[in-house]
Amino acid sequence: MKPTASAAAQIPAVMAKRSAPAGQPTAADFQRGLDERLWRWLTLSPALLLLLALSVLPLVNLFATSFFTVSWSGGHSSFTAAGLNNYRALAGDTLFRAGILNTILFALFAVGGQMLCGFVLALLCTGVTRGRLLYRTIFILPILVPGIVVGAIWKLLLNFDFGLVNQAIALVGIDPLNWLGSANTALASVIFVDIWHWTPFCFLLFLAGLQSLPQDVYEAAKIDGASGWQELTYVTLPMMLPTIMVTFAFRLVLAFKVFDEVYLLTGGGPGTSTQVMSFTLYQRFFREDQTGYGSAMSVAIIFMTCILLSAAFAARGRMGGAK
Amino acid sequence: MKMFPSARSLAIHALLIAAALLVLIPVVWVVAAGFRTQISLLSGAFWFTPVLKNFNEVLFSKTSDFIVNYRNSIVVGTLSTLICLIAATLAAWSLNRMAWPRWFVHVFLGWALVFHMFPPLALASAWFTIMRTVSLDNTLTAVVLAHTVLNLPMALWLMGVFVRDVPVELEEAARLDGATTPVLLWRIVMPIIAPGLAATAILTFVFSWNDFGVALTLTMKQTATVPVAIAKFAQEYEILYTQMAAAAALSILPALVLLIIGQRYIVAGLTQGAVK
Repeated sequence: MKPTASAAAQIPAVMAKRSAPAGQPTAADFQRGLDERLWRWLTLSPALLLLLALSVLPLVNLFATSFFTVSWSGGHSSFTAAGLNNYRALAGDTLFRAGILNTILFALFAVGGQMLCGFVLALLCTGVTRGRLLYRTIFILPILVPGIVVGAIWKLLLNFDFGLVNQAIALVGIDPLNWLGSANTALASVIFVDIWHWTPFCFLLFLAGLQSLPQDVYEAAKIDGASGWQELTYVTLPMMLPTIMVTFAFRLVLAFKVFDEVYLLTGGGPGTSTQVMSFTLYQRFFREDQTGYGSAMSVAIIFMTCILLSAAFAARGRMGGAK
Repeated sequence: MKMFPSARSLAIHALLIAAALLVLIPVVWVVAAGFRTQISLLSGAFWFTPVLKNFNEVLFSKTSDFIVNYRNSIVVGTLSTLICLIAATLAAWSLNRMAWPRWFVHVFLGWALVFHMFPPLALASAWFTIMRTVSLDNTLTAVVLAHTVLNLPMALWLMGVFVRDVPVELEEAARLDGATTPVLLWRIVMPIIAPGLAATAILTFVFSWNDFGVALTLTMKQTATVPVAIAKFAQEYEILYTQMAAAAALSILPALVLLIIGQRYIVAGLTQGAVK
């Protein structure tokens, strides 16, 4: 190999290499392979280490702990082998069962509602030119508000005695409702609050999607005499399908994690009417100190979440493919 | 040229304004509740004389740690965002531009995606145990680490999109000119992905600031973050509604600032990952 001018320029760097930190290997051809391999690993290692230490290791830890009964006394834990008992106990845990059922109900209705509202708002917003940016600014606000603050806001607004909602419905002659304190309305109220919180996110993605659609298709539809409704169902919706699916996936994953709003609004009650998976786990593991049983529940929840979401995405993929 | 908006356009504006009010009124009403006395709020009167008592209590009372909580949230948000961005950007570049075997890239990103699906509370229990084992329980370090790894999948995903936008020819040209990897990253890649970094940074910070579940399980009184402090107001024997409202109002200040100065980046960050 002929030493080129640039390689020659690197010679001092080569000589300096032994004393300098590994930060400056040369780019000369014979060094290229080593350099590549070194930097390949160096650039990946922070993320790799973080994921290994804080996602793989905890999962292994949870799995191992789930086969023990852990009892705490004076800050020390003692482990007793429990075999599969923790997993067997899950089946008989009414809180756990209610948590799964409510989480699924919550996810379906909340995400469905958000996507519908978000889509309508996005369609409306593309219909106007003036003020679009201002509307967008206002609609983004809830995305940035902490979940716990959203809970605090609606805890005040939905309060039985002085909440704005009951004051408002009193104006039209409806008796005040105990939105969060009655088993009939508690889950619906939590779902409503989540729709308020996350409709803006769906709106934002749909607006971006709608704005990137090619305009000539709409002109063609107009020439063919398509009505507004036909334009929506035959042109807009099919072309928006990828965006809709991505939004659905994003939101579904997040909806399964719901915790903050439930914690503050209802605390899982009344009864088990708003018990969701994360909250059940919090109660069992952190409030009742059931480390072994809680670990089994964590493993079960992680496993189920992955199965459910993968099934949803597989169905999505098939639907998307059929179109 | 039309001078007056059509009836159709007026109707659309009416609907959009109604939706905007539905978003704004709850927030404004609660911020206003922060300026009321508990009696004024409980009586349900519409008009009230604003008082600063709640903000005083929340910020300066001896029993309140809100300023410490606020500082904790800023420290945790800033550090976890910084670490997360560095790790995610380097990894995204490495996976996209270095000669990794394809299966390795798939496994790495696949795991990040699967990990993103886990409810944080399910991991929090294990983090709690691990942090206790290495004596990091009840420290801000534990929360920083947890938030870093929680936001890592999203940051990886976003930075992947932005890194792929850097022209390969540009990187090759820099290589030919003898640029080493750090120089290449710092001088060529960084300036191009700077807007992407800003977008990812804002979102990562907001998500760290907003996290409640993990902070709740990994912190105690002195290490608690803002959301944990707000939740505490609701758990007192007698709920301190107006103080809770004042604390909530203070907690959305950073979000408002970011919304005003960085809306472009927030929109880019939220939509970029979905559209591409």
